[in-house]
Amino acid sequence: MSGYDSALSIFSPDGHVFQVEYALEAVKRGTCAVGVKGEETVVLACERRTTLKLQDPRITPTKINKIDYHVQLAFAGLNADARILIDKARVEAQSHKLTLEDPVSVEYLTRYVAGVQQKYTQSGGARPFGISTLIAGFDENDKIPKLYQTEPSGIYSAWKAQSIGKNSKTVREFLEKNYPKDELLNESETIKLAIKALLEVVQTGAKNIEICVMKPGIDPRSMSNEEIEVIVKEIEDEKAAEAEKNKPRTTE
Amino acid sequence: MDIVLGIRLKDATLIATSKAFTRGISILKDSDDKTLNLNKKNVIAITGESGDTINFAEYIKGNVQLKGLREGHEMESDEIASFVRHELARSLRSRSPYQVNLLVAGVNDKEEGFLSMIDYIGTRCDLPYAAHGYAAFYTMSLLDHHYREDISLDDGLKLLKLCEEELNKRMPMDFKGLNVKIVDKEGIKVIDF
Repeated sequence: MSGYDSALSIFSPDGHVFQVEYALEAVKRGTCAVGVKGEETVVLACERRTTLKLQDPRITPTKINKIDYHVQLAFAGLNADARILIDKARVEAQSHKLTLEDPVSVEYLTRYVAGVQQKYTQSGGARPFGISTLIAGFDENDKIPKLYQTEPSGIYSAWKAQSIGKNSKTVREFLEKNYPKDELLNESETIKLAIKALLEVVQTGAKNIEICVMKPGIDPRSMSNEEIEVIVKEIEDEKAAEAEKNKPRTTE
Repeated sequence: MDIVLGIRLKDATLIATSKAFTRGISILKDSDDKTLNLNKKNVIAITGESGDTINFAEYIKGNVQLKGLREGHEMESDEIASFVRHELARSLRSRSPYQVNLLVAGVNDKEEGFLSMIDYIGTRCDLPYAAHGYAAFYTMSLLDHHYREDISLDDGLKLLKLCEEELNKRMPMDFKGLNVKIVDKEGIKVIDF
């Protein structure tokens, strides 16, 4: 042990705060979450852990959480840490509404969440949150989708499409390659791209994916297993067709 | 002299509040809204000390919505009524109690109408029809006489009309008409009355 990773508020000589970097490591071990923005939609998709044989799937908490009626948060990392952060975000969203009458903007909420995460990298007796978050939604009276990411260090950033958690690099590269440069995605295309991206790293298919679709002015919608299955099937068929086409033709 | 009035129907609840905003003997506004929607299926109508009313109503709304988000399903009407009563009872025993009276109106998970009357001392009573203040004096006899367990929406509105006429006749002030809301399984609607 170098001794620079015991207390939180201590730098190592080369300028690292090890505890924060370990928190990022916890994020990398968490299940994957993906966010994709379309023209008037934003989609959050998560890998779901398989429920064990004797587990009750109905009361197993989800990884996509409602912060306010217009903002959703997906996370990767330590579930227990996430619960605390989510609750803080919810209270802030309500308190903002109580004092300012308007609901929080997605950016404000992101800044708040990132602010809380930052605080936990500098205060004594605490450890950083072992989670990254994707925060998605719409501002009031606005049709522009918003997608932000926060990290344990307190950094936040805005994205067209982003992934966090296990294998997030693979998924991000996939998104970079497949996110259209010029035109905007419509609702079904957005959903499909999110699922496709997640399928890069989720082997078990539809039953291990959860998806939430958000559109301006309406309640966020979680897609059912059956709905997801249809799209997964579609994607698999496309892939098979693609493979068929690329197969080298045997010359007689 | 504010009017709040509620009538519970089989699958909906009607709530009516006076549009006059008064201060002392003056009417400052004729388009006041004394109701606040708490969530999709619940609304409160509130009267009393003027600063207290909005402050308390928004505090309740914030907590109801927070609870809804935390638990993943919205608070039910009777839960809200219990919560409001508890908050008023707690406030009563503090240094500066809220001086507000209110009605909680909504539809419950069985899609039945719900109406509860709660006053500033923390008395709660779930009733088929209810009113606070002077409005109660002038409308109770009408409501007692005409109310039926299985009253339809149209008859409910007719009954409310009767109440309004009676209030117009008897109230010493012009209360500038009524603001009427219907809560049913579709949500909360403001109606032309």
